[in-house]
Amino acid sequence: MTAPATPSVTAKTPPAVELVDITKTFGRLVANDGVSLSVRSGSIHALVGENGAGKTTLMKVLFGLYQPDSGTLRVRGEVARFRSPLDALNAGLGMVHQHFMLVAPLTVAENITLGREPRAGLSYDRRRAEREVEELSRRYGLRIDPRAKIENLSVGEQQRVEILKTLYRGARVLILDEPTAVLTPQEVDELFAVLRSLRDQGDTVILITHKLREVMEISDRVTVMRGGQVAGEFETRATSVPELAEKMVGRPVLLELEKAAARPAAPALEVTALCVRDDRGLEAVRDVSLAVRAGEVLGIAGVEGNGQAELIEAITGLRAATSGRVALSGREITRATPLERLRAGLAHVPADRLSRGILAEYDLADNLILGRQRDRPFAKGAWLDRHAIHAHAVETLAAYDVRPPIPSAPVRTLSGGNQQKLVVGRELSRKGSLLVAAHPTRGVDLGAIEFIHRRLIAERDRGAGVLLVSSELSELLSLSDRLIVLYEGRVVVETRPEDTDERALGLFMTGQQTA
Amino acid sequence: MKRLLPLVPPLFAVVAALAVGALFILAVGQDPLTVYGAMASGVFGSAYGWGQVLFKATPLVFTGLAVALGFRAGLFNIGAEGQALMGSFVMGAVGAWLAPRAPGVVVMLVAAVAGVATGAAYAAIPGVLKARFGAHEVINTIMLNFVAAALINYFGHAAYVHETVHTPELPPGAMLARLGAWWPPLAGSPVNLSLFLAALACVAVGLLLWRTPFGYELRATGMNPGAAEYGGTRVPAVWVKAMALSGALSALVGVNFVLGYKGYFESNFTSGVGFLGIAVALLGRTHPLGIVIAALFFGALSQGGLVINSMVPKELVDILQAIVILMAIVSHETVERWLRRHA
Repeated sequence: MTAPATPSVTAKTPPAVELVDITKTFGRLVANDGVSLSVRSGSIHALVGENGAGKTTLMKVLFGLYQPDSGTLRVRGEVARFRSPLDALNAGLGMVHQHFMLVAPLTVAENITLGREPRAGLSYDRRRAEREVEELSRRYGLRIDPRAKIENLSVGEQQRVEILKTLYRGARVLILDEPTAVLTPQEVDELFAVLRSLRDQGDTVILITHKLREVMEISDRVTVMRGGQVAGEFETRATSVPELAEKMVGRPVLLELEKAAARPAAPALEVTALCVRDDRGLEAVRDVSLAVRAGEVLGIAGVEGNGQAELIEAITGLRAATSGRVALSGREITRATPLERLRAGLAHVPADRLSRGILAEYDLADNLILGRQRDRPFAKGAWLDRHAIHAHAVETLAAYDVRPPIPSAPVRTLSGGNQQKLVVGRELSRKGSLLVAAHPTRGVDLGAIEFIHRRLIAERDRGAGVLLVSSELSELLSLSDRLIVLYEGRVVVETRPEDTDERALGLFMTGQQTA
Repeated sequence: MKRLLPLVPPLFAVVAALAVGALFILAVGQDPLTVYGAMASGVFGSAYGWGQVLFKATPLVFTGLAVALGFRAGLFNIGAEGQALMGSFVMGAVGAWLAPRAPGVVVMLVAAVAGVATGAAYAAIPGVLKARFGAHEVINTIMLNFVAAALINYFGHAAYVHETVHTPELPPGAMLARLGAWWPPLAGSPVNLSLFLAALACVAVGLLLWRTPFGYELRATGMNPGAAEYGGTRVPAVWVKAMALSGALSALVGVNFVLGYKGYFESNFTSGVGFLGIAVALLGRTHPLGIVIAALFFGALSQGGLVINSMVPKELVDILQAIVILMAIVSHETVERWLRRHA
């Protein structure tokens, strides 16, 4: 169990965690290059950086998952050597991973005490476990019912269980890896309240994130990593989002998207009274009607799992609709095959890059013709035209800044961000009349996000209709001309970005408000 | 150098198999070097030996290609044996029926086409079952091997020569020429024109897979059906077509045996070439060129087994084959992982 809340932290208190000159290499790749990080006890310290900047490696070194090649680790002033996460746990470190590690059919109390169960003789002391969990949750303001089953909890509640689990094991230093990625704005508020309460009771929080606005809101100090090194360290009070972004990317970044007013024309997509079932046969899209006009971006907000995926699949032909109508540029395509829809002017950046968007073993050139393998100029008669495919690859890789731009390299050798740029490039190069973009910047670096955003707006200005689904509300608000919110498969509100904000959208997304 | 890396796992498999085989040879009290030496000189020391290897490799190229084509589409066709039997049976029966009624070339062509079509149709059954009902092709192709054997037994009564288990013999004019007819040193070996058909099939499969939109979609389906579907491919249709092509390739075994060697279909003549095709496809890394090499290797192994018959038990050759298959599967993963870490 954790020690009682310590009052103030004096200046003499040694840093909660200190990493000195850590170097970690994987083959020729230097993931951490002489990184030093000192985290004040009783503070919230943010660690930011792009994918591959070395934040995760550093935290894995701290948590005993990796052994550093060189460098020293100190916990509360004492030199530590963690051979495994168990050592780190025993030293009072706890990690909340991005993907929760909970046993779904068990209760909250069972999950939290798992591995350190209180016993009564030979059997599990359920009463005591529940009492202890309840005390712990009261102390830190993490509201949770110890008797609830994990599978019935929302994502935000499951995260609370994860935090309680580390606290139950006596953690005084909490490492959270991208904790807000899966949360609604309201849940983020609640999480931040919990983190502040932890800090106020003397605990230390290390927050790995790429959302700079959250860094500004919650942290006391922030370390920016780039290319395996520390690019800068700031008191949060004394820095700004643009400064942090520039340190992260290594050049000034345009954070606010500049775009002209939309000039909507004829409808590119019309969806009328559409109903779609999910894999389990349950109605996932209920009577949805919407229209995307050429030259505008329609954004769809919603907590994941509220019908967005099924709606997109029904529009793109990857899932049959149970009833309703879909029309592309005025032509009904409700029963058309995916190929017919592609040929009718549909372009689609799929939500899941790995399971839909790319063929990992195919080279870049072949990936860039996916969907057009039977169309000119890539197919001539019965044969593929290798010259045309190669030329298209050279052109598209350059235009969409895919690195390295080697047409014959297998696509699996690209980083996630570059794979995404390839998918976006492929779909935009179709020059379709409707672009369906699902999470177009998921897992992509700040610099690439900026690039993809500009391309999406360019696609709109070219005269395509854009249907944008995203879980990043800031992205939806900055790109969309109109916005709808899906909740339990229904459109609960239609609005404009200038008439709403993240907070208001969050209420619609969680069904707490209806228009 | 990098281009040669894919060759390492199969070579490792072969070398490891020979090494383990050496232990077995020692165990039966023989000198491995002497035995392997006799094997090599018996196989490669004469034109006849070469001819035998080519003859034995021909059907393995067909079944190897058949299984490989399935693999490329993400299908595990274990039914090449049954498909080869069905196709060859029809080839023999149609040929025998047509022989007195048509010129030799026509007999050959019609019999071959009928047999190949039968193989394709027979293999399409598990393809359709998978496409329509999601039934797994492994189970269905295995079961259809038994069905093929039973069907042939049943219809054989009508097609076979009385009191034998083979169809009537074709006249020489309705059979493919043996290579020995042009090049005397090969005389005595049944290697025939279907060797060139096998080479042609390799080229055709290579062109189909890598140079046509259908091949693009077929490989995409095998790699990632979700992405293939997203890219406008009708995945179930690809399954059916790939199975049919696989069955057609399997049935070409009959061209070598029925039209090129015996002149008739004989019950159970395939004796496992369909199953050995799986090993050939794996060892050849599902690439036509690799399949040629693997088929030659297994052909040499089988011919070498006959040569050393007097020195070691015949089972040794079977053991060697089995070890190669095991090693091919194991080394595929391990050697590749090792290469990725160290190269």
